[in-house]
Amino acid sequence: MAYEQMTGAKILIRALIDQGVTDVFGYPGGAILPVYDELHQQNQIRHILVRQEGGAVHGAEGYARSSGQVGVVIVTSGPGATNAVTGLADALMDSVPLVCFSGQVPTHLIGNDAFQECDTTGITRPVTKHNYLVKKTEDLARTIHEAFYVARSGRPGPVLVDLPKDVQLGTGAYMPPEDISHKTYRPVVKGKATDIERAVELMAGAKRPIFYCGGGVINSGPRASELLTRLVRMTGYPTTLTLMGLGAFPASDPQFLGMLGMHGTYEANMAMHDCDVMIAIGSRFDDRVTGRLDAFSPGSKKIHVDIDPSSINKNVMVDIGIVGDVANVLEDMIAAWERRKATPDRRALDDWWQQINAWRARKCLNFLQDPKVIKPQQAIRRLYELTRDRDEVFITTEVGQHQMWAAQHFGFDKPNRWMTSGGLGTMGYGLPSAMGVQLAHPGALVVDIAGEASIMMNIQEMSTIAQYQLPVKVFILNNEYMGMVRQWQELLHGSRYSQSYMASLPDFVKLADAFGGVGLRAERPDQLDDVIREMIETPRCVIADILVDKAENCFPMIPSGAAHNEMLMGPADKAEQPISENGMVLV
Amino acid sequence: MYDSNLVEKHTIAVLVDNEPGVLARVIGLFSGRGYNIESLTVAETDPSCRRSRITIVTSGTPMIIEQIKAQLNRLVPVHKVSDLTVEGEYVDREMALIKVRGKGEHRVEALRIADIFRARVVDSTNESFVFEIVGKTGKLDAFIKLMQALGLVDVARTGVVAIGRGVDAL
Repeated sequence: MAYEQMTGAKILIRALIDQGVTDVFGYPGGAILPVYDELHQQNQIRHILVRQEGGAVHGAEGYARSSGQVGVVIVTSGPGATNAVTGLADALMDSVPLVCFSGQVPTHLIGNDAFQECDTTGITRPVTKHNYLVKKTEDLARTIHEAFYVARSGRPGPVLVDLPKDVQLGTGAYMPPEDISHKTYRPVVKGKATDIERAVELMAGAKRPIFYCGGGVINSGPRASELLTRLVRMTGYPTTLTLMGLGAFPASDPQFLGMLGMHGTYEANMAMHDCDVMIAIGSRFDDRVTGRLDAFSPGSKKIHVDIDPSSINKNVMVDIGIVGDVANVLEDMIAAWERRKATPDRRALDDWWQQINAWRARKCLNFLQDPKVIKPQQAIRRLYELTRDRDEVFITTEVGQHQMWAAQHFGFDKPNRWMTSGGLGTMGYGLPSAMGVQLAHPGALVVDIAGEASIMMNIQEMSTIAQYQLPVKVFILNNEYMGMVRQWQELLHGSRYSQSYMASLPDFVKLADAFGGVGLRAERPDQLDDVIREMIETPRCVIADILVDKAENCFPMIPSGAAHNEMLMGPADKAEQPISENGMVLV
Repeated sequence: MYDSNLVEKHTIAVLVDNEPGVLARVIGLFSGRGYNIESLTVAETDPSCRRSRITIVTSGTPMIIEQIKAQLNRLVPVHKVSDLTVEGEYVDREMALIKVRGKGEHRVEALRIADIFRARVVDSTNESFVFEIVGKTGKLDAFIKLMQALGLVDVARTGVVAIGRGVDAL
């Protein structure tokens, strides 16, 4: 069969349609104009015009993470591409499937320092899963379909396709996706049966087991979360989730110990430290999770399931490493568990739960309420409580204290409802990400839990939100500080608050108004519920400026360089005093 | 006892698609993640399917070596990664071109040593030789060291190429 001939720009549009793309995020410019001309002449793909390319990438990330689709970005050459770099790095760290198309100067000018030229593939090589410079229109269709395949297969990630202008204008054959297969890239999805048998045997004999699961469960699709929930309930074992994994197992389940890691719960970290069998699924033993490596869960046998072989034995040596897709492996694990009619040591398990409940009884997330000042934790709790009976609630965050409080106090019962920049820790992620989530879920409640410092990093996207009439809610915990920076300065640098105070902040209520949204403010605890309710009920974009305690710090905390069992429980712990009853933060 | 902190030297062969940027990906991986490269050679070995073979000599703890292999395997254009050091016996060779400048006794001595090392003269003037020498890295090092006293002025080395012994292919 002869393939249809068409221009490169047309090939791109056609390939996007055939890949099932309905929304793209982008910003035009000289080197990508032919593509924009084609976008203008069709109506199957909606283009979201952002205000800065960084917003486009985070928007596509929010879209991808909440929907399971590949996010698509279109930017121009030079500054368009360099502005996209942070978002690409963010997507790489958090394994978000994206395809980013960048304009490039025509092939005969490449290397000449032409206007708006930069070595885009060179710059983005370390921040993408893979990238391509297309030099012939003839190669374009194949490259685009390959890019989508690479982005969503195995451990997902961002892929960039650099498109010289002459390639967009030239003519070539269009091939549909089904005619193309990748030469080399075949990720292993099925775990090795013998390893799964060994793992299940180890699990069945555990006396103090724990499931430690992460974003890989979510990336494997909603079925993986269902299977995980099934396996956890079959075994009766306690479960903790990483920041990226929240929602992979229901937060409301009694077997859930909360998030682990630097700002994880006391019970989750203590259980990790004292367990005898650790079942790590789709998690990557990140330094924020492990704390001091040489004191990390010293007495346990470890099982690690991950689709990325390089994640296994990277930071922590494990006893059984299983390379495979989480859903696939979980299915086999459940089958193996049922086959062997595994019955865990009930008595040992009861003792273990008793110990866990003793840790839980310390109520490590409690905080002192104040009748005059809104506590940031209280703001998140109320937001959670006032939205928990709604069907579809999606939360994005920026980066800092508010992010950790959101992770601690907002419960997620379903996957893909929590979008946060975990690996790269990108301030400014939340607002454009919320915009992308809202586009993918028009009827849902989408809230960006923000800090007043982070929100300023991509505040321009308020304008995009206004243009597409997205009812995104921005919930700012405003303490006038880069709170996490200030917290570290307090703990580690003698309370010298170098450059962490946010002077000359805008009036966020007026700012919302200026962007065509609605501004609300809560200054006292008695105003909090009304503001949250009004925010939820307003069918437009809202910025809710919540003035919170300026001095509050995020606890519990594993100080950097400490182990899981060396947590600071509250402010009284700061001077390394033994943890007393009084030192505990009580309600 | 097994020492997990012991630094080992490994020779790794990597089959890749010969496409633009593939070498940059490999090198960028090593520099970006702080791995060592002691030697790296690359050339197209199968023009019919545009495939290249990269031979890397690297060093690290066993955990780092495992990471290097896993990370190399993760690169999209990589077909196969083989750690020759652990996968049975292998042959490794390096080639060098070595220029020695001198007159009289030095010149004769240089020729004599070249003969012992089975180095070949591939260029000559009245006051210089270019030797071609093939062998293990240690042999080349020894030859170069001896030539230093005899007027060594220039060295070009290929880096190590290696291949497994026996009937099996990579």
